[in-house]
Order: sequence, then structure tokens, then C-alpha cells
Amino acid sequence: MGAVILMPALSPTMTEGKLARWLKKAGDKVKSGEVIAEIETDKATMEVEAVDEGVLTAILVPEGTENVAVNTMIAELDGGTGGAKAAPAPMVAPAPASPAPASVPAAPRAATPEKDWGPTKSMTVREALRDAMAAEMRADADVFLIGEEVAQYQGAYKISQGLLEEFGPRRVMDMPITEHGFTGMAVGAAFTGLKPIVEFMTFNFSMQAIDQIINSASKTLYMSGGQLGCPIVFRGPNGAASRVAAQHSQCYASWYAHCPGLKVVSPWSAADAKGLLRAAIRDPNPVIVLENEILYGQSFECPTADDFILEIGKAKVEREGSDVTIVAFSIMVSMAMQAAEKLAEQGISAEVINLRSIRPLDTETIAASVRKTNRLVTLEEGWPYAGIGAEVAMQIMETAFDHLDAPPVRVTGLDVPMPYAANLEKLALPRLEQVVEAARSVTYRR
Amino acid sequence: MPQAAEIPAKRRGKAKAPAISRDELQRAYRDMLLIRRFEEKAGQLYGMGLIGGFCHLYIGQEAVVVGMQMCLKPGDQVITSYRDHGHMLATGMEARGVMAELTGRIGGYSKGKGGSMHMFSREKGFYGGHGIVGAQVSLGNGLAFANWYRQDGRVALTYFGEGASNQGQVFESLNLAALFKLPCIFIIENNKYGMGTSVDRASASRDLSQNGAPWGIPGEQVNGMDVIAVREAGERAVAHCRAGKGPYLLEMKTYRYRGHSMSDPAKYRTREEVQKMRETSDCIETARKLLMDDFGVTEADLKLIDDEVKAIVQDSADFAQESPEPPESELMTDILVEVG
Repeated sequence: MGAVILMPALSPTMTEGKLARWLKKAGDKVKSGEVIAEIETDKATMEVEAVDEGVLTAILVPEGTENVAVNTMIAELDGGTGGAKAAPAPMVAPAPASPAPASVPAAPRAATPEKDWGPTKSMTVREALRDAMAAEMRADADVFLIGEEVAQYQGAYKISQGLLEEFGPRRVMDMPITEHGFTGMAVGAAFTGLKPIVEFMTFNFSMQAIDQIINSASKTLYMSGGQLGCPIVFRGPNGAASRVAAQHSQCYASWYAHCPGLKVVSPWSAADAKGLLRAAIRDPNPVIVLENEILYGQSFECPTADDFILEIGKAKVEREGSDVTIVAFSIMVSMAMQAAEKLAEQGISAEVINLRSIRPLDTETIAASVRKTNRLVTLEEGWPYAGIGAEVAMQIMETAFDHLDAPPVRVTGLDVPMPYAANLEKLALPRLEQVVEAARSVTYRR
Repeated sequence: MPQAAEIPAKRRGKAKAPAISRDELQRAYRDMLLIRRFEEKAGQLYGMGLIGGFCHLYIGQEAVVVGMQMCLKPGDQVITSYRDHGHMLATGMEARGVMAELTGRIGGYSKGKGGSMHMFSREKGFYGGHGIVGAQVSLGNGLAFANWYRQDGRVALTYFGEGASNQGQVFESLNLAALFKLPCIFIIENNKYGMGTSVDRASASRDLSQNGAPWGIPGEQVNGMDVIAVREAGERAVAHCRAGKGPYLLEMKTYRYRGHSMSDPAKYRTREEVQKMRETSDCIETARKLLMDDFGVTEADLKLIDDEVKAIVQDSADFAQESPEPPESELMTDILVEVG
């Protein structure tokens, strides 16, 4: 009985890849477990193994084909009459029936004039983060990168690609799986004036080390009467990726933003990523950089100027509007932009604010927007209780209450540990229609 | 001296001629005495309500920090837990600044914002003063990491109690230090009690000096009540680290005479136990006797030292009461370094 071989998903967030090389040709016999092809994603090259034994009767996607969607039929085994079999690979997750929530990139559309940094080029968030680290490491020998798999493996998410080669093993160091120990070590090194970048494979693992981040990194300047600062960056993917369940799908924005002595930024676009990470590395204080795994592979226009940098504490109006202000950060900016598009079709003009910085919060920019639109919707992936939306809403109460024509509305992840099942996960995260509905409700169009 | 059973086997036996000069021992005596008198005064001020919160006294353990400090060069670093007054005085930090921090005054090392457990001096290489048990071990590893990164030949002394020695991050730090050959000297100050829990009720390890053995870290048990023994072991450890051979572990067998903190009545041990240690093993009395018996130092010489120390301590206590409380303008400063 024949079978078809499908393009496998090699990671929870992979949606497409390049079929780099066939190791078998039509007519070859293959055995179960034998490597038949190589697939490249923006992160890695992976081998595809055959599941079943048989004769490879047809190759449907020639080698060198780019952007092959997950679950595309790539070959036939024994005539291909049987059920479809996706070839497994390490860490294979079944491709979601529908695209991961909010994974569609929205074209960045800058509305407020920022400083003109000159020419731009398209680059992924991943490249932007790497370039930011490389630029700062070239400029300052005190800057170094540590974390799990950052050196020889080139980064669990390939953010540190090429850095070991350029900067050597003293400045790009693999750490054993020992977050508490290496975070404390980095904080101690920062007390002497070095400027460590600590990569957490995901921010979920930072909880192992949170005592050192809060009690040591954020409080020592104060406890020492200003003597002992801690110039350090903690960075890594934050929030939900796709189908990685409760312990790997949590937003830490509210946790870290709660604490005096820390700065917290969360980039959306490649320009945000590059500009904010460079600012974080140069900042003499501990800075938390909350990235997003789904955004890593997405491309945005990014200034090419060597000195491009952003200021921590400044939000960006990504799209101007007059009827309602939607405040979001990280990947939720994509959803806010999509919502604004939909609302425009319905005659509602939404202004989208990309927070960029969670602490300090750019209340001024949000309040200026609310004074214009008189309505506020906040959007975040994290939990609602004591979340960033709650803080934004309260700050607007304090600074622009008289300008509000409707109570602010929060759109957040649900108050529940993240479920694994695809349908439930989708329900637990903010959905586009909820944002549209929230905007309609505060503009009394419902 | 401690009871025979407490003296590490390899250090037992006939005492050889002390490898210390008269001047060195006299200096050590003076430094230990300064810590003792300072802590006694701090205890008094606490009783008078001038010092608040937690206050962990170092009385009894003075030989450890004084002996170790004798092995260091300028630029080397020291970090410890919350029982930190002795460490600060040993590194040469001013008694005035430490005492004024205890009373929460602007003249304190942290402008009154840190308190007993949180003082620092970059100038003297003292990196705190940390209140979370065990956290300073990872941080001390980081000081050593910085020395390794800069290849500047410095060593970091990382002190912790036998209670902290059971923390997970301590073992993580031992592994990291051995893995990267960091110039870190881990010093376990085993004063037998982690608050009210004796070491045999807290640690399955019967020889804490071997806690780094799985990672190949050489370890020694040291009579921490004997400043000469401490210095000898310290010299071995420092030489090992400076030679680039990686970390070293010293278990100092010591004893605190007072409770865990000022609010601890120390009901978990008998008065006789404490009395016996004071009478038979006190580091200051031992040094005093040695100075007089072996080095010909006279009562009058020692009286001069006692008077000097008393004057410093009294001056610090006066300063700590005269120095004003921090102005309210200090409340919201030093949270972040301002970006220029």
C-alpha cells in the first residue's frame, strides 16, 4: 500500500521551509528511519526521515524549492495511494489546522514622523537582534553574551548566528542548563562594570532566576545608595509561541514591569528589535527585553544607518486614527494593525500605539492619543489580572479621565494556564474579532 | 583550641612554628578586636533602639575574615551574606560608615537606604552584604567571572554559611566555577547553626569541604578559630586561583557566640556549649596569648591597641548617632542610573 510524504513542520512555529536537497531519487528503495531529504528554515537545516519502507515512486517538489508550506505533498511512496504520512523530524509538532493565532505579519505603516534614519532594508526580527548585539559587541569589549546554546549551536532560535565566529568563545559563551547560577554570575559580573547580555531560551526559564533579577540586579543600586549599578540585559522569547502549552506560553511583561529598578521593553518590528536592543545594551541599568518567537522570522523595513538606535520609554504611533486608540505591544501590534484595517472598512478610524517600552511607560503618547480619540482599547497576550492593560487604563484614568467618552476595554489572554489543544489555545489568546468588537463597543457602534 | 574532634585530621598534631611575623599577628589581633568591639557596640545600640530590623553579629568568627583578608591584594573582591559587618571592617571600610548605616543615617555607606545587610564599597572591593541566603554565591562567582574575563589576576572571596551551602544555586555555582576555571574561593563559614538548625540536621554531607569534590574543586577544613591557620589555608587557596587552576573551597570551622540575629534567644544550644567555646577557642584570646608568650608583646603594648580600637568604635557610635537621617529627597533617588 502506498503513501504520500508531506512537508514536515520542524518546530512549533514553522509554517514553511525550503526543500534544500533530496538524498534519494525516484525509484530508490527507502527504509524506515532513513534520511531522505534536507529541509532548511530560517533557523536551521533539518533532516527528513522516512517513516515507512518502500520505493520512492515520485518526487513532487524538486530540490531547491523555497517556501514549501507545511503539509504540502513532497513525494510518493509505492504509488502514493495510501494515507498521507508526514515525515517526522526531531521536535515535530503536527502542523496546526489553521495558522497560529496572530502569526500573520502586518506591513508596518509608520504614521508619526520619527527621526528620519535614512535608507531602510527589509530584515527579519531575528537578524535585527543579531545585528544589534554584534554592533554593540564591536563597539564595547565589556559586552558579552551568555546563555544556553548561544555559541556553538548558534542560538536555540538562531538569534546569535555567527557571533561565536566573530567574537570568540570568551565573549559568546554556552552555559549549562543552570539559569539561577548563570544569571547570578552575570549579575555579579555586571556589578564590576562588565555588560552581560543574558539570553534565556525562553522567558519562562527566567523564573528559575527571578530572585537574582529582582533581588540582586534591580535593587542593588538603591541598597548601595547609588554606588553599585548593574548594566545588564536579559533577553529572549516571551509569551505564547504555538502549541507549547502552559509552562512555555506565558507573558512576563507584567511581572517584570512591576519592579522599580528594572526597565522593560518589548519590540514588535525589526526596527524596534534593533533599536531597542542596542539601547538596552548601552543602558547602565538592568533591562528586560521581551521578544516573541513568532516574530523572529518575520520581515520588516529597518533603518540601515550604523548609528540607528531607539530611546527606551518612547511609544510609537504605528497608525494614526481619530475614533479609538488601540494600545498593544510585541506581536499584538500585528493584531492591532489588522483590527484597524477591519475597523476602517466599517468606518471607524483607529489609532494604533506600539508601546515598545513597558517600563517606563510612555503615558504621554497614550494620553495625547486618548485626548484625540476619547476611547481606549488595550491589547495584550498576557493574563488580565494586574496586567499591562490594567496599568495603561489606570494611568489614563489619572492623566486623561475627563477626555474619556467610554470606559477603557481590555482585550487579553484568558485567565487560564495555556491549553495545548489547538482549538482551546486559539480561544485562550486574544482574537482579531475581539479587538474589533472592543473598538466597536467603546465607540458605541455595537 | 577547639576540641580534638573538630580539628581536621591533617592539621592535627604538633604545632609547628607559626608562619607569621609579630607585626602581622599584632595587626590581625587589632583587626579581630576591632570587629569584636564594634559588634558589641552594635548590640548595645540595637538594645537602645538605635538600630532597627535585622542585625546579625559576627562575634566569635573574627579570625575567618581577618585571616583571609591577609592573603589578598588590592583589587581582589569580597562578597558575603547578611552577617557582613566583620567582612566590611576587615576589607578596611570605615567603622563610622558601617555604624551609621546600621543606625540608618545619611553618613552610612548606603546613605541609610541599605541597612545592616546591604553595604558596599567598590573602592575596598567589597560587593555586599546580601540578604538572600545563597544568592551571594552566584554573585561572587560573577566577580570571579569578571576577573577571568578581564584576565587581571584578581581573586574573589565568596563567603557563605553552612546553612546556605545547601542552596541549589551554590551547587550550580561550584559547577560553573569549575567548568570555566574561575578564580573564586568559596568559603563556608561553618558556625554549626543555620539560624536554629544544627548542621547535622540540615546537611547530609558530613564534610562540607568536600562539597566541591564532584567538580574537582580542592577543599580543606580549616580551624576557623585560629587566624594563623586561616591565613595559611587562605594563601594556598589564593595561590591556586592566581595560578589559573580554578576555584578552591575552604570550610572554616567556626562558632558564633551570639544568636542568629539580635532577636534570636538561641535556645537550640546550651549556655555551657557557648561558654566552652569562648573559654577554650576564642580567636582573640588565642592571638593575645601567642603575642605575649611567643613574640614578647607586653600588656602595655596590647593596652595601646585596645585603647585605639575602643576609640574607633566609640567614634563610630557617636558619628552614627550624630549623622542625620537621610533627607526625604533621598527617598526616590538611586532607583535607576540616569541616562545622560
